[in-house]
Amino acid sequence: MTDAILDIRGISKSFGALKASDDVSLDLRAGEIHALIGPNGAGKSTLIAQIAGSLKPDTGEVWLEGRNVTLDGPVARAQAGLGRTFQISSLAMEDTVLQNAVLGALGARHRAPGLWRPVMKQADLRDTAMAALSEVGLDEFAHFRTADLSHGQRRQLEVAVALTLKPHVFLMDEPMAGLGADGSALLVNFLHGLKSRAPILLVEHDMDAVFQLADRISVLVYGRIIATGTPDEIRANSQVREAYLGEEDDA
Amino acid sequence: MRREPLINALIVVGLLAVPLWAYMADEPYVITLTTKVVILALAGVGLNLALGLGGLVSLGHAMFFGIGGYAAGILASHAQSYDPIMEWPFLIEGTQSMPVIWLLAIVVSALVALATGALSLRTSGVYFIMITLAFGQMFYYFTISWPAYGGEDGLSIYVRDHFPGLNTLDPIQFYGLCFVILLLALFVVARLARSGFGLALNAARQNEARVRAVGIEPYRLRLMAFIISGAITGLAGALYADLNRFVSPTMFSWQTSGEIMVFVILGGVARLFGPVAGAALFILLEEVLGGLSEYWHIYLGALLLIVVLFARGGLIGLLAGQGKGDDDD
Repeated sequence: MTDAILDIRGISKSFGALKASDDVSLDLRAGEIHALIGPNGAGKSTLIAQIAGSLKPDTGEVWLEGRNVTLDGPVARAQAGLGRTFQISSLAMEDTVLQNAVLGALGARHRAPGLWRPVMKQADLRDTAMAALSEVGLDEFAHFRTADLSHGQRRQLEVAVALTLKPHVFLMDEPMAGLGADGSALLVNFLHGLKSRAPILLVEHDMDAVFQLADRISVLVYGRIIATGTPDEIRANSQVREAYLGEEDDA
Repeated sequence: MRREPLINALIVVGLLAVPLWAYMADEPYVITLTTKVVILALAGVGLNLALGLGGLVSLGHAMFFGIGGYAAGILASHAQSYDPIMEWPFLIEGTQSMPVIWLLAIVVSALVALATGALSLRTSGVYFIMITLAFGQMFYYFTISWPAYGGEDGLSIYVRDHFPGLNTLDPIQFYGLCFVILLLALFVVARLARSGFGLALNAARQNEARVRAVGIEPYRLRLMAFIISGAITGLAGALYADLNRFVSPTMFSWQTSGEIMVFVILGGVARLFGPVAGAALFILLEEVLGGLSEYWHIYLGALLLIVVLFARGGLIGLLAGQGKGDDDD
């Protein structure tokens, strides 16, 4: 076996006649950013749902750190070390930024949340949460209601919550979406530093970011991986150009 | 800036002042009325944990209210007739001791909440409402057709149950007892809301996927909330039985579930003192408007509409404004 931390082995998923995932194999090794790209409707969301555990593949397996987690749901996978961010910010909007981060730290304890001790007064949780918030540059906004954050800040908070989990694998679903040029540049830098802590499977539409960041890129078209390789290999791949990058140039 | 604690304190002062005044002025009816407020508020405090914090719209909380009531009624009826509940394999006698009755009310409510919650929490939204409603109705029809304990006619408790050291027949003493229990329940719910459990439960109400993604299972949180919620409402039922010295299947009816929910909504969903304010307003309206017209529920309905449309935070929200999103809790 290779040193794959996350290993997706030949998973397929159909909805009726539609093959959303068609024998997809993909791995993520220590210290790398592996980007998954593909045009709209290529089946990226379905694939992510299967990696995160909210959808079960029809066939194939998902391995996380040498363990078969195919039958585990999202809760078990999070506990097994998968830290994900959502494409559409998925946060407790009425709560403060700090409360959202503390929720992550609470989950990282891997035991049932206590019923009695005030959670926001627990120094270890607060410290973990504040550390994660300052890493993404949200510490000054800790006491804001999450609903009052800008779109970009919510994206940052998504990443911060994932950080509090101290995951062994990051699964990031379009973290740059809607960030703007400055925000994207900052996040690119940040993710570049993050990958030494835990490898990142990055699903992203922002091609500049992908080609800057990724150590390897896989291209998903109509549910199939048509190519995996370094950014240079992907750029040079005629199939990819035809199926995906070319379309963008025409547009 | 934070007016809610002040308003809560005022409510507590009011709940002390009104019965004290009534005691001085020799108005036992007012004391009884305030006792009713406190007990119904307690039932609402229970529901508010599930509804407000957990987002679980249970239309079956009458089930717990009724279980508490019948725990008191059944134990007392056996004690009154010196007829043991069972003699074999061991002897269990009825009792008129409130602590024992309360314990039974809490334990049975919690167990029933565990069983019904485990099933109904697998659904959500309208289905959850319908399933909890159905469970409540099952209990309602069961008690109606259970002649051993009065069937449709219900059960009378001839002498109010006892509490060590108190004369529970004295309205002000019984009131004090209920008031202290309400305060204790509010304290417990406040602690729960500020705990890790409360944070996660409240987050699961807002965004289930978020809670799963940090490795916490919402189902378990909700089941726990439903159990504690049911136990509190069950305790309220036991007190209500003693207030009226009577229990009947009405306690199990879906109208009772609806009324408990009305207290919570009127007062303010997810506000700690919401059910207290709601129950007080409800009883006040019932007294004032009920004296004017038999059809006072029409006005209640109109008020409820106004609250739902224009004042989502209920009475507390109206007075205290936005109170959420505070993380020094």
